[in-house]
Amino acid sequence: MTGMEGLRDFWQRYRRNKGAIVGLAVLVLVLATALLGPTLFPGNPWDMAGAPFQKPFDPEFPLGTDTLGRDILMGIVHGARVSLLIGFVATFAAVSLGVILGSVAGYYGGLVDDLLMRFTEFFQTIPSFVFAIVLVAIFTPSIASIVAAIAIVSWPPVARLVRGEFLTLRTREFVQASVVLGRSSRHIIFVEILPNAVSPIIVAGSLMVATAILIESSLSFLGLGDPNMMSWGFMIGSARTVLRTAWWMSFFPGLAILLTVLALNLVGEGLNDALNPRLTREGR
Amino acid sequence: MPTKRFLTPLALAAMLVMMPDAPADAQQPQRGGTLSSIISPEPPTLMIGISQTTPTAIVAGKIYESLLRYSTDLKPMPGLAKSWEVSEDGRTYTFRLHENVKWHDGQPFTAEDVVFTATKYLIEVHPRSRPIMQRAESVTAPDRNTVVFRLKEPFAPFIMAWEPSTAPIVPKHIYDGTNYRNNPANQTPIGTGPFKLQEWVRGSHIHLVRNDEYWQPGKPYLDAIYYRVLPDAGARVVAMETGQTHLSAFADIETFEVPRLKAMPHLELTTKGYEYLAQMVWLDFNLRNPPMNDRRFRQAVYYAMDRDFIRDRIWFGLGKIATGPIHSSIPHYDANVPKYPLDLKKSEQLLDEMGLKRGTDGVRVRVTLDALPYGDIYKRLAEYTKQALARVGIEVTIRTSDVAGWGDRVRNWDYEMTHQVLSQLGHPALGVSRLYITSNIRKGVLFSNVNGYTNPRIDELFSKAAVAVEPAQIQAMYSEIQRILVEDVPVAWLLELEFPTFINKQFRNVVTSGIGVRDNFADVHMVRQ
Repeated sequence: MTGMEGLRDFWQRYRRNKGAIVGLAVLVLVLATALLGPTLFPGNPWDMAGAPFQKPFDPEFPLGTDTLGRDILMGIVHGARVSLLIGFVATFAAVSLGVILGSVAGYYGGLVDDLLMRFTEFFQTIPSFVFAIVLVAIFTPSIASIVAAIAIVSWPPVARLVRGEFLTLRTREFVQASVVLGRSSRHIIFVEILPNAVSPIIVAGSLMVATAILIESSLSFLGLGDPNMMSWGFMIGSARTVLRTAWWMSFFPGLAILLTVLALNLVGEGLNDALNPRLTREGR
Repeated sequence: MPTKRFLTPLALAAMLVMMPDAPADAQQPQRGGTLSSIISPEPPTLMIGISQTTPTAIVAGKIYESLLRYSTDLKPMPGLAKSWEVSEDGRTYTFRLHENVKWHDGQPFTAEDVVFTATKYLIEVHPRSRPIMQRAESVTAPDRNTVVFRLKEPFAPFIMAWEPSTAPIVPKHIYDGTNYRNNPANQTPIGTGPFKLQEWVRGSHIHLVRNDEYWQPGKPYLDAIYYRVLPDAGARVVAMETGQTHLSAFADIETFEVPRLKAMPHLELTTKGYEYLAQMVWLDFNLRNPPMNDRRFRQAVYYAMDRDFIRDRIWFGLGKIATGPIHSSIPHYDANVPKYPLDLKKSEQLLDEMGLKRGTDGVRVRVTLDALPYGDIYKRLAEYTKQALARVGIEVTIRTSDVAGWGDRVRNWDYEMTHQVLSQLGHPALGVSRLYITSNIRKGVLFSNVNGYTNPRIDELFSKAAVAVEPAQIQAMYSEIQRILVEDVPVAWLLELEFPTFINKQFRNVVTSGIGVRDNFADVHMVRQ
């Protein structure tokens, strides 16, 4: 099976899930906004561009202005970049850490496995959001500390998932064959086993991006966001107190978060269908 | 013995007490009625001597009294003292106390209680009162109803130090010889005020009832006051709208809700009653670090701040633009100082002069601003400051932290710029000089001269003005202080804060003095419709 064919096959299976197509379309739109938005809407989202409390659906400020007269549309466009950046970077860090610890534990087993899994459980016993709040509060809110906090609270499930995959895969013949051939452990882990365990990791990762965006928004909502970065959670948090007089200030960023997180979940489900074909057909 | 003279406005104020109630109210005040007020946050204690927080002062101000009260233009009015004299040399203060005053436990109140409070109690427990009381060489009680303070040197602001939260009079028979801070009586406060503590349900409410033995005959008019603990801002607005509570003060109602509540027919809005506290918000520079150590930089920042915007857009019109270090409601305020209107050109010119040229990214210099962790309004002020200074090429990075974290940074001088809010306490010598004199640069102490401003001329003027006797001379010194400071811009004074007090129109005479809702409420009465 060549790469091209594999990809076509994958796409065939992916598009059978209608929700996943919608999710992908929304996600592409959000990604485009994040990439092109600042070029299409140049300027600083923090600028007090107009009078405060301007209602939406006005030609100059289509989504209205906030308590200080900042353009809400600008905030959403520029906030997309921050939200997605945090989502992807934090997920990448969490997945990397989870994969390394999970594969080592699953491959070597025994004492190494025991130690690493107790270590993982230590993190799993702390409620993740509370832990994230503590970390950000200690290291003063900044984009780096938020990404680090999200990564630190998100890696344990990945580690457990990867460990599970490795435990089953390492007993397969092709792995044993590699061992007999005298391949190094590193080669076996990364070249032989990991590519076969990649599907569940991708699915978990795509859902984790959504969770990371939600955690960042929740932190910003609580006032623990990076005060120098316009993000959707910050916009909702700063408009929360005026919810009764100015609904639009929290509604539009809230809608942006909802759509993005929903899209990521739908895409994750589509990936699951496409990457585990047998599982899906049996399930339906 | 120097000849004594009566301060005429004081005598006038004393006479007012004898007169029937305010003429604005045609009706004779009637007894009865219960006032329900918001209190937020919940006070840590009701022992006003050991806690100077505002919630404590509001509730305990009905239970404890001091010798004096202050009018909205900060003239002393009788409290426990019915009259007072200051000797010609400004060193002897004689207070004549009301007779037949009783503590809530039935014991008589005498001059001995005042002597005990001033010479022992306040000096041990009250950080703000201590330096004032320590100026007394002797405090004596020649008879049951007279107290004489002999000061080491003249100190005109002495007359401003007698409101309930600065100098509450406590019962000697309960506190003398005990550990003041841990005395179990702190849980069951015994004062001389018009209301007594009936019950305190933590997290819910504080119930005060009428003191039937109050020394002012016929007063108080109200039967009871309930203080409702309402930590949620939204719930506080609803409580005022629905009439569940009748009184809100300080930051109970958020500024953007003020226009809506103001339009409600059953509510009255006043911004009076905060004159004694006189709170001011400013932008503080740590003068130890460049570029803040250069006066031109501070002036440039001052020119770049649109204070009309701050007042109108952030405080929704509640406030007055500050002109200098002294709040305009405080004695010796002088408006005749250099002005810093919004002027971006001048600001950039000053920065150019300093050699801070714009880089390729348009940035001249980068500074960190610690946002004041007192709620949304200060967060918005920080965001505004960042934007305002970006216009002249100063890139501000905002740092946020909790109250403890902010306090640690500021008192240990580990900051570049921050906002601060502080009360001026009725007199520049009590609330202003502490921020600018060299002797008050004390590491680890919040609300001292944290930014490290030092100017020998200012030190000299403040110390001379505090002990001077001749009014014209005092004013000349305070005027010079204001001119020098405004030229130097050790901090950038932004706004004199006004707080909205909402009063349900069923109640009258709620705010009648410069200490506002912290006053004793003996005159508050309910109108039956």
